[in-house]
Amino acid sequence: MTLVSLTNAIYLLAAVLFVLSLAGLSKQETARRGNVLGMVGMGLALAAVVARALNESQRAVGVTALLIALVLGIGVVVGTWRARRVEMTQMPELIAILHSFVGIAAVLVGYNSYLTGTHDGVHLVEVFLGVLIGAVTFTGSVVAFLKLSARMKSAPLTLPGRNLLNLAAVLVSCGLLAWFLAEPSVWPLALMTLIALALGWHLVAAIGGGDMPVVVSMLNSYSGWAAAAAGFMLSNDLLIVTGALVGASGAILSYIMCRAMNRSFVSVILGGFGAEEGAAAPAGGGPVGEHHEMSAADVAEALAGARSVVITPGYGMAVAKAQYPVADLVEKLRARGVEVRFGVHPVAGRLPGHMNVLLAEAKVPYDIVLEMDEINGDFDETDVVLVIGANDTVNPAALDDPSSPIAGMPVLEVWNAKQVVVFKRSMATGYAGVQNPLFFRDNTAMLFGDARDQTEKIVAALAAG
Amino acid sequence: MTTIGIPREAAGQRLVAATPATVTKLVGLGYDVLVEAGAGEAATFADDAYAAAGAQVVDTARAWGADVVTAVDAPSDERVALLREGAVLVAQLQPAQRPELVATLAARGVTALALDAVPRISRAQALDVLSSMANVAGYRAVVEAAGEFGGMFAGQVTAAGKTPPAKVFVIGAGVAGLAAIGTADSLGAQVRAFDVRPEVGEQIESMGATFVRAPEAQQEISADGYAKPLTQEQAAAALEVYARECADADIVVTTALVRGTAPTTITAAAVAGMRPGSVVVDLAATGGGNCELTVPGERVVTDGGVVVLGFTDLPGRMPQHSSQLLGTNVVHLMQLLTPGKGGELVLDLEDPVQRGMTVAHAGDVTWPPPPVAVSAAPPPTTGPPPPSPQEVAARQAEQAERAKVRAQRRTVAYALGALLLTLGISYAPSEFLAHFSVFVLAVFVGYYVISNVSHSLHTPLMAQTNAISGIILVGALLQIGSDDPVVTVLACVAAAVASINIFGGFLVANRMLRMFRRGA
Repeated sequence: MTLVSLTNAIYLLAAVLFVLSLAGLSKQETARRGNVLGMVGMGLALAAVVARALNESQRAVGVTALLIALVLGIGVVVGTWRARRVEMTQMPELIAILHSFVGIAAVLVGYNSYLTGTHDGVHLVEVFLGVLIGAVTFTGSVVAFLKLSARMKSAPLTLPGRNLLNLAAVLVSCGLLAWFLAEPSVWPLALMTLIALALGWHLVAAIGGGDMPVVVSMLNSYSGWAAAAAGFMLSNDLLIVTGALVGASGAILSYIMCRAMNRSFVSVILGGFGAEEGAAAPAGGGPVGEHHEMSAADVAEALAGARSVVITPGYGMAVAKAQYPVADLVEKLRARGVEVRFGVHPVAGRLPGHMNVLLAEAKVPYDIVLEMDEINGDFDETDVVLVIGANDTVNPAALDDPSSPIAGMPVLEVWNAKQVVVFKRSMATGYAGVQNPLFFRDNTAMLFGDARDQTEKIVAALAAG
Repeated sequence: MTTIGIPREAAGQRLVAATPATVTKLVGLGYDVLVEAGAGEAATFADDAYAAAGAQVVDTARAWGADVVTAVDAPSDERVALLREGAVLVAQLQPAQRPELVATLAARGVTALALDAVPRISRAQALDVLSSMANVAGYRAVVEAAGEFGGMFAGQVTAAGKTPPAKVFVIGAGVAGLAAIGTADSLGAQVRAFDVRPEVGEQIESMGATFVRAPEAQQEISADGYAKPLTQEQAAAALEVYARECADADIVVTTALVRGTAPTTITAAAVAGMRPGSVVVDLAATGGGNCELTVPGERVVTDGGVVVLGFTDLPGRMPQHSSQLLGTNVVHLMQLLTPGKGGELVLDLEDPVQRGMTVAHAGDVTWPPPPVAVSAAPPPTTGPPPPSPQEVAARQAEQAERAKVRAQRRTVAYALGALLLTLGISYAPSEFLAHFSVFVLAVFVGYYVISNVSHSLHTPLMAQTNAISGIILVGALLQIGSDDPVVTVLACVAAAVASINIFGGFLVANRMLRMFRRGA
């Protein structure tokens, strides 16, 4: 048994642990075990690789050990700090910036692999692809981060002929690959890196804020493929397996998100929604009827008299950080014997499962948080629905109006309930720029104002009444 | 100030156009209400109660001399003579049946609003007296039938044996028919109902009756909320249905009244086919009756022992509630006519509801009004005619053919792709091939593992996969030991960011997972 064969055995073990880890995450009951299994796998892999790095070190072992300790130290400190301090509402941004780290690491590893490795054709192609994917992931994630943290306007950037620009970037990269293979030097690689960085930037800049769940999952997938590409160039099966797992995972998440919005993956990636939005907004933007208003006290009264209540949260709840008063409200209502459940649309929020995390943070039991398909049949028997900061995901036009830009998208059919209360800042349209006929229905009442303040008022009114 | 007169109705009419409760609302609209002495007596409302509600109790001449007079029935000629010129008269004027009365009113310069000519649109329901009265009549019809019927409506199982429930058959599912269905059902009877409009089946079933389906006797959806005249074949088929159902029923309530005229639904022969002791209540007696044996206003017993009730005063037999409903309809009308709420009556002839009710205005007869499209029953959309079965079949065959071709093409494309890929890979070095096999298998493992992940865990899943993809650290760490300083520096940067990823990702996933908890 050599160190190499031992580490390879440990790599295999780690890969199995990673698969088990992701499998564990499929259910609430086993999710924490899955998390721990992933940590164990990573710990084993790191221990093995550190041993091997020290063993293969071409300079003094002490220096290498010091450097490794240093970088791991940075990782521990910064990673722990970010993980502890991040607000749950900022989770999408954190995930996006973490993706960019994988991207930049893949680029750097690729360069190193070129500088240290052999220059046979297969390896060169691997390096080239690894750097390409890494660079696209890097800038794409940075743009996603900037958009999600509102440091950059979330409206899609629509350059003229943007699809041609992307195509041109891909074609030029192919040309550079030919050059790189014919005459291995760092120049074509560097040129391609610049083009790939620009491509990643442009790809994500062209996608609007509401499509971010898809973008973030897509970048998740890219970061996996980048790791897999690094595995190919380093001939490391652990990297290949892990990268493929992550890549497949992100791809499936993207697919689920797209299906939930009834849009094709390609149309989301090409930022097609931006163009449609511009055309639809002026036509369908005007009010289409009269809406009713309700005060917080009225809502409290309605809730007190209800037997069954469903809450459908959206991105607006995250923006207003209303999940705590909402959880408080839920607890009060449940104590009175009211059946309270949540209905979460798959694309609510800016990240897949965003709403679930926010509600869990506020200590809402997960077994009353249901998915769209689980709750849609129950609205008929629901007395009151509270729509908190959601708009397009509860828009009846998606089902009724074939000309609507969101036609065919599955939505929460809240209007079947006896009373719907919509928490909203104003009568403005949602992300899709589509007017929502729900607001003008007879059984819908609007509660204007900050969702957090209004929920707190309802809780106070309930306590008083 | 504008005055509203509430006169005492002619003998035989027990209803009154306002109750103390509705007087309060009329006063609230800013009107002075003048109630004729004894107006509410037959409906059990005393003059004192009206006075307490804010009305003045006055004599006949003052009540009829008010600016607005609201009555239940059309006035007699001597009452018309008491109306002021320019006064507004609100009553059930029957403009279609009594054109001479409308002409007289117009000649006297009276503005006449017919309570029984409210257009059948959703908005006008609040002032539709016909609906209100039909509802009461439907209820009372079942009560009258129960009084005549020699048995109990609900089936009983007792120590003395069991009795079957009464079988009730209702013809016409208008307001009266539906009310009759609901009443009979709540008394425990087995109710069946028929209507020539197939679209009301759902309403019939919602009230608790079985809808008798007979496609040959039923017609298309109507545009104005009333049934259309049937074709000859339909009429004959409908009569057969009626005869068959009547023979089986203990109680028959027939309510077919189309714009004041009553088609025959129950022939003398059908009555002869009914069991002795059965009861027919004819709610269409005012229009002559649906049953051939009906005598309007009378109770008739046939030779076969069947009781046929042709009462025309069913709402009047429950004067208290009927007056309350009618009075409320009048209040809604006055609200519509008093947009300023200041006791000032404004007639807006542009409004289809007000125009439809106005039968005489400014000296002219304004009956009949221009037609109004009903909103209650939307007419079927006039699209292209539905394709014939042959066309449908042809189209389906064509689509199936095309799908087959597409599937074939797809299979060929896949096979070609797989072939090319296999060829391409077979040229690759064996080491690459080994890695590639691992890669492809791992993609499939990932696909199946992730497909099971519950939606609510997607965010932690992402954080976790993110941390795992930090495994790229492995590559970077191995490069740190290189003797090339450039490589070492690049590797250090890569390793640092990748390790942030690992620690940050795992910890944040852990933090999120710990927040999820099950409910008590």
